[in-house]
Formats: sequence, structure tokens, C-alpha cells
Amino acid sequence: MNISDTLFLAPELILLLTGFAALGVDLALRRNTDGRASAIVALVGLLLAFVAALNLAASGVNAVIASTMAVDAFALFFKAVTTIGVALVILASMNYMKGRSKYLGEFYALLVFATLAISITVSATNLILVYLGIEFLSITSYILAGFIRGDKLSEEAATKYFLYGATAGAVMLYGISLLYGATGATDLAAVGRALSASGANFYLGIAAIIFLVVGFGFKATWVPFHHWAPDTYDGAPTPVTAYLSTASKAAGFAVAARVLIIAMPEFATDWTNYLAALAILTMSVANFVALKQRSVKRMLAYSSVAHAGYILIGLAAIGSDPTFNGLNGLLIYIIAYIFTNVGAFLTVMAVERQAHSNDIEAYAGLVRRAPALTLLMTIFLLSLAGIPPTAGFIGKFFVLGAAVQQDMLVLAAVGAVNVVIAAAYYLNVVRYMFFVDEEDEGPQISLGGAGLGSALVICAIMVFVIGIFAQPFITWAGQSVNLVIAAGF
Amino acid sequence: MNFLDNSVLTLITFLPLIGSIVVLLLPKNNEGLIKRFSVLWSLIPLALSVWLAADYFMNYVATGVGGMAYEIRVSWIPSLGVNYHVGADGLSVPLIFLTALLTTLGIYYSTRVIRTRVREFFALFLFLATGMFGVFIALDLVLFYVFWEIGLVPMYFMIGIWGQEKDRPQYAAIKFFLYTLAGSVFMLLAIIGVYLSTGTFDIIDAAAKGVWANMPLYATLSFWAFFVAFAIKVPAWPFHTWLPDAHTAAPTAGSVILAGVLLKLGAYGFLRILMPMFTDSFRQFGWVVALIGVIGIVYGAFVSLAQKDLKRLIAYSSVSHMGYVLLGIGAAAWALNFDPDQGGLFDTAAMALNGATLQMFFHGLITGALFFLVGVIYERAHTRDLAKFGGLSGLTPYFYATMMFAGFASLGLPGLAGFWAEFFTFRGAFGVVPILAVVGVIGIVITAAYILYRIIQNVFLGPYDAKRWTHWTTIEGEHADGPTDMARFEKITLWPLVFFMILFGVLPSLVLVYFNQFAVETLRALF
Repeated sequence: MNISDTLFLAPELILLLTGFAALGVDLALRRNTDGRASAIVALVGLLLAFVAALNLAASGVNAVIASTMAVDAFALFFKAVTTIGVALVILASMNYMKGRSKYLGEFYALLVFATLAISITVSATNLILVYLGIEFLSITSYILAGFIRGDKLSEEAATKYFLYGATAGAVMLYGISLLYGATGATDLAAVGRALSASGANFYLGIAAIIFLVVGFGFKATWVPFHHWAPDTYDGAPTPVTAYLSTASKAAGFAVAARVLIIAMPEFATDWTNYLAALAILTMSVANFVALKQRSVKRMLAYSSVAHAGYILIGLAAIGSDPTFNGLNGLLIYIIAYIFTNVGAFLTVMAVERQAHSNDIEAYAGLVRRAPALTLLMTIFLLSLAGIPPTAGFIGKFFVLGAAVQQDMLVLAAVGAVNVVIAAAYYLNVVRYMFFVDEEDEGPQISLGGAGLGSALVICAIMVFVIGIFAQPFITWAGQSVNLVIAAGF
Repeated sequence: MNFLDNSVLTLITFLPLIGSIVVLLLPKNNEGLIKRFSVLWSLIPLALSVWLAADYFMNYVATGVGGMAYEIRVSWIPSLGVNYHVGADGLSVPLIFLTALLTTLGIYYSTRVIRTRVREFFALFLFLATGMFGVFIALDLVLFYVFWEIGLVPMYFMIGIWGQEKDRPQYAAIKFFLYTLAGSVFMLLAIIGVYLSTGTFDIIDAAAKGVWANMPLYATLSFWAFFVAFAIKVPAWPFHTWLPDAHTAAPTAGSVILAGVLLKLGAYGFLRILMPMFTDSFRQFGWVVALIGVIGIVYGAFVSLAQKDLKRLIAYSSVSHMGYVLLGIGAAAWALNFDPDQGGLFDTAAMALNGATLQMFFHGLITGALFFLVGVIYERAHTRDLAKFGGLSGLTPYFYATMMFAGFASLGLPGLAGFWAEFFTFRGAFGVVPILAVVGVIGIVITAAYILYRIIQNVFLGPYDAKRWTHWTTIEGEHADGPTDMARFEKITLWPLVFFMILFGVLPSLVLVYFNQFAVETLRALF
């Protein structure tokens, strides 16, 4: 540890201080319980961390700190997109959370700590830190999911999340111990070297992969490890859902990619096959179940599981092609998905806050009551469906491109069919908003305050910016994965 | 006009988009302003498309230069080699004109009949125009795909919002969207395949390099992926089932655009992408394309004959008439298997291709007119049930006369535009796939039957029985004692279409020169 390492850890240090500052501000202004001060502190801190991560990424740093944390382009990409994602969520939730809980200072502080956990997890190059990072992330998330005490659904969300998380964590830890037993190492690169050098124990490797995949699959909601997700996403406070389904999920993908690529290159053919099967399962199951949902929030919950399936295509179709290497598709998809999905859940938040319902009927005739919100929601839904020129199209283009490039034609075809199935339920919401007449004149719905409104507009603008001016994002994603790909393939 | 040379296509494509945004910003309650602005704004692309047609004729057709013109290529996504590459040739120039004409007429007609959610309607209509123009100018596969998909969204809304409740517009809208999307996502995979095999998304460069040249399996798979996407859009039998629902449910101007332009996008894809890029597969499967076309011709005609709803009848007639396009294209592709110098096969193939392209253009004019005419009667009678009609000829002579022109043009009466398309298609197809052509002729006979018997006789002839009608209104929606004849705005909408039917019926070469330029160039490159 030396002084320059502190600079490399700037995003984490900023987040750590911000979290405590958010708590402290709330403590100092004890009587001011709407949490606005904490939220602003958190927002500023997240933006600073975002800038720090971008600066580090621009400087091309590639270092390993304390032989457990990599500060490289790959990790910094995830730090930048997740901090901005959480910042949007906080910006939007100030009005929404008001009155729902007495402990809003803690709420924003926990969101910051969760972001810190993501930052650590995506950097981890040591199996122990991988585990610790995921646990840190999980524990903060459990509390956030159950944050509205007394609300049955919120409590159920947290309990279910916790039970599944504890089990998945234990299984993953078992996988890690198997790997340690086989190689005597916990450093990812060392594990990778040992596995390829010793004529690795094939069965031990396969077992370890399966156990690890359970852990990653839990975080990133791959079917069949997704069971907690719909209930938790549905029951948790909507801002938390927006965060869980984007930033937290992105962390799962980042750590899965790093561990599998760096520690398991010997078994690449095996795990790509498993992941391809999981991707097919994830997309198909989630999309079919989403078709049947009557609650828009729950529908988006399943849709976000389905998107984990599309993203997984990128990891399953990994290769060394400079244009479509799969991993760059994964990153592009994630950045597109974060803005789109946060936007979609924020719209749900605006409707929920004013119409007091997430039922699809609450969206009937929404275009007359909330034209601006309806237009924004339509943009997000079309992006989720992958219609150009939105961000979602660029994401799908790259992951499907990787699948075709790797000759995984079945995977690509299943992905394509799922795009159509998903479009059916996204358009169902559009149908209600535009075509169906509401039974009784519902309340006029505004954008829901300056914070929520501006967060929504930022998301919508980014959806088009990524969709139309895609090149900078493609370049950034490409540069972020180069070293990881080079290390593994 | 150097400035226009580079920018005319971009202007035609994106001016409607700008207009659409302006419409959304206009005050919602000032419907008069919204309508006037939309009509006037749509005249700009129309004027540019006329200039385009004239300029292309003078500088490229009359001089025999031909080929792609007005090309620009601006890098869009450099790392993928995706360019904003646009251009127009003898195939796209007339289709751009057709699109601009029908857009203007559709908007003008709608100013009088659209009464709900006016601002949304005209914004979507203009937005739709951008998507359609874009497909006809795109020379890059990603750009093509973007425009192809963009057109779906406004049409989805038009069907869903302004459709008649009893036609199940919401169902029709989503069916239309999902059918087209199902085709196009597989096309997207094939587009990626083209890039992986040739290293470019450029339509012209990829065709020159040869797509999957040494991998026939992949070439075949890609061919069918594109084929299904285009066949759904055309729509070719058996992918046509979305069409009658969508056409029937859509508002009049929406049906006009659907039949007049959107169906042409599929046929255009066959000619612009499949033919040059997958020549070997197309050569191999040309007979399949022709066969599907013939099935469509005969099947569509018989189903039309059986319809009880006037609008649905015309919708199915589109399935039949677009079958001619496939027959012509398939015959031309099949001809590529043989020696072009043997027995004038080159000319035969060129005729088949000319027939197909002429049919694309003329079907847009004729079916566009027919859908407007359905709108005329529907706005007054509020029913399209053929069993109720009868005896309108004496009461609405103007309407009767216009319907006669459009109907006769549709069944291919010599002297009107439709004849030339059928003549060239069958003349070409006889020389290449004679048996299929003979079967296809059955379709012409049935077409005559449903036009004369179901439309002319059922609607206009016979006695007028007032008891069969629930209520008549005027075009403004006020009560009327009986049918009223076409209003002036309806006449103005239909005059240009009838005028062109007669003009091109007498002087088909006005259009044919463009298409022939394209057909000869294409075949020369492919034989």
C-alpha cells in the first residue's frame, strides 16, 4: 500500500466518506426527517465518485492493489455506470420516499454503501474478496429491500431475498473452497495458472464452476436461481427495485465475467456451454411468465430477469473477435440497460405515487392524463424491446452479433424469438396507455417533481444518445474489455 | 443544383421527421393550424421527389448512365463500418415519388375525416413518412434495418388508436407489429452474418464481395432469414394473415399507406438486398419465390371473392396483386440459371422484372385509390357490409365513376395502368416458368370476377333499397336521407390517382424507363 494506491481507490474512498457523511448530516439535522439533505450529500458523493472513476479510466490505469483489487478499465467501467445509475435512482426517489419511512438518512446512506460494495466487487481479483464483496452487497441490499417496515410485501421481499442469498452465498463459498483445495490459491490469476498447469482435476473444476455459477446467478438473476427476484423486485420500494435490477445485477455480471475468464480459461468450453443453456432458459422462462403479469411492476421484474438472459448471451458467446467478442456486448448492453430500466421503473414510481397502483389498469388512458410521462414510458419500453434507434437496440445488436460470430446459432435464434415474445408484453403496456379508455377519470399525473422528472428526462435522452451516437460507448466498452479478454483468451 | 444533388434524399427523408416534431409542439387545440401545417409541410418532400424524378430522368436515364445517384456516405459507427450511406436509382426514384404522393394525399384526406386526437395523428403520419423514405434510400444494412423498424411504431399507433372498435384495432395493431418484428429480428441476425462474412454492412460493397461465397449453408440460411422478413411485409402467402386485420382496422389513410407503400418495402427488399447479395441462393430458389407468388395470386383472388366486407375484400386483393410482384421477381431469378442469349431470355427476364416493379408502383396507385373509395362510402354509410349495398350508381354517379376507374385498373383493363404491370409480368413469366404463369392467369380471371361482381355489381348496380340501411350521414357526420356523392376534398384526393392511372395506362413508358434502367442493369450484372 502506498500513496498512489489511495488515488486508484478514489471512487471507493469517496463513496465511503459519502456514506458516513449522509448518515452524519441526517444525525445533525435530526428533526428534518425528509432526508433531503442526506440525499443531496449522497448525490454529490456519487457524482464525484463517477467523475473519479471516469478520470481513472481515461488515464488508462491498470494496477492491482494489495494483490486483491484490480483498478483496471473493466472495473472502472462498472464503477462509472453503477454510480451514475444509483445517482439517478436517488435523484428520483426524494419525493417518492418522503413519508414512507422515518429513516431516510439511513436509506440514502445504505444506497451509497451498496454502491461501494459494487465498486469493491467489480474490482476483486481474489476469491475471498469476491465473496466478501458479494456478501457486503447482499447485506446492504437485504436491508434496502425491506426498508419500509410494516409493509408486508416489503418485508416478504427482504426475507425471501435473504434466505435465497444466504443459501447461494454458502454454495458459492463451497465452490471457492473447492478451488482453493485444488490449486492452493485464491488469487484469480494464480488459480487460472494452477488449473492449466497441473493437468487440472477436471471434475473438481467443473464442480467449482457450477457452485460459483449459483452464486453469480443469484446476483445476476439467471434462471433457475432467480426465484427471489420477482417477489423481491415487486415488494421492495420501487427505487430499490430500480437499483437492484440494474446496478446490483451489473455487479453480478462483472464478477462472473472476471472470475470465469481469469480463473477458468481452461474450462472455457464447458462454462460457455453452461451459460448458453442458462441464457436460453433465462430468456424463455422469464419472458413467458412476464406475458401473464397484470402488474406493470411485476412484469418489469420478470422482464429484467429476461434481460439478464440477453446479457448472458454476451458472456456465453465470448471470443477474441475485435468487433463482437461478447464481453464488449455485455458491457454495451449493461450501459444501455441501466438507463432504460431505471427509466422504466422510475415511470412506474411516478404512476404508483399518484395513482396508488401498479396494475396495468392504472395505465389505461394514461396518455390523456400524463402525456409527457406516457411518451417517456413508451421510449423506455421500445428500448427494452430493442427497437432502433434506441439504446436497447445497440445492446441486442452486439450480444446477438457475438452469438452469430461464435456460431451459436441456436442461442442467437432463441434470443431473436424472445425479442418478439418480449415485445408482446411491452406493447401491451403501450396499448393500455394509448388505446384503452380508463373506466373512471383517474387522477392527473405529473412527472412527479423536479427530481424524478429530471431523472426521467436524463434516462430518455441517454436512451437516444446511446442509440444514435453509439460510437463512444462502443469504444469505451471495447477498451474496457481488451485486457480481460487478452488475459483469458 | 449542386446542393440538392447531395442532400435531396436526406431532405426528403428527414423533413417529415422535423414536421412531426413541430406538430407535437403546436398548440393542441388549434386543429386547423395542425392540419394546414401538415398538408403544406408534406408538399415539400413531394416537390423534392418530383425534382428527383425529373433530375434522375434527365441526367441518368435519358443519358443512359443509370446506376446509383445522389449518393452520400458519412461514417456513423466507424468501428463497425456502419455508414449513413444513401442513394437512389431507377428502382427507388419512382417509389419515393409514390410514397410522397400517397403521404400528401393521405394527410390531406385525413384533415377532413380525423376528428379525434388530431395532433397525435398528424405527427405520427409525418413520422411514418420518414421511416418509409428511409428504407427506399438506405444503402447500408444497419441503416436499412433502423428505418425498417421505425416505420412499425407509427403504424402500430395509427391502427390501434384510430381503428374502428368493431374491427378489433388493438388486436390488429399488435398482430401487425409482432409479425413484422418476428421477421425482422431474424433479418437482423442475417445482417450480422453478412458483416461477418464480408466485413461490411454496405449493401453495394457486400454484394460485390459476395456474401458467404464459400459457405453455401450459411448463404442459404441468410437468404431465408431475409426472405421471411420481406415475405411477411409483402405479404406473401402463407405469411399474409396479419394483412386483412391490419388493413381493415386501420383508418382510411393508414390503409392507403399500408397497401400503397408499406407492402412495397418487402418487395423492395427482394430487389435491393436479396437479388444482388444472395444471387446464388435466389437463382436456386427462384422457382419457390415464383410458386409462392402464384399461390398468393390465386389464393388471394379466391379469398377476395368470398369476402363480405368491402374493405377486407380489397385487403385480400392486395395479397393477390402482390403475388404478381413475387411471380415476376421469381421468374427473373429463375432465368438466371440459363443462358441469357438463348431465345431472348435476357429480354424475357427483364420483362418479368419490369412487370414486378411496375406492379409495385401501380398497385400503390390503384389500391391506394380503392382504399380511399372505401373510406368515401364508409364515412357515409358506416358499414362496409357488401350484402347491404346495391343501387348506388344513380345516386352517387361521381363515386361510381371513380370506383370504375380504380376497379378496372385493378383488374388490368388495357388503357389503364394495371394492365401494363400484368402484361409484363406474365409475358416475362411465360418465357421462364410457363406452368406457373398459366396457373397465375386464373388469378386474373377471378380478379375480374370480384371486381365486377362483388364491387361494381353488388355496390352500384341493382335496385337501391332504403330499408337495408340503418342510417346515412353526410361526410361531416350529419344525418342524411340517402347517400350523398363525393365531396370536393374527396374528389381532390382521388383526381391525381385517377389521372396517373390513365396517364400511365396510355404512356407506361413514363415509369417504365426508370424501372427498365434498373432491371437491365441488375440483370446484366447478375447473369
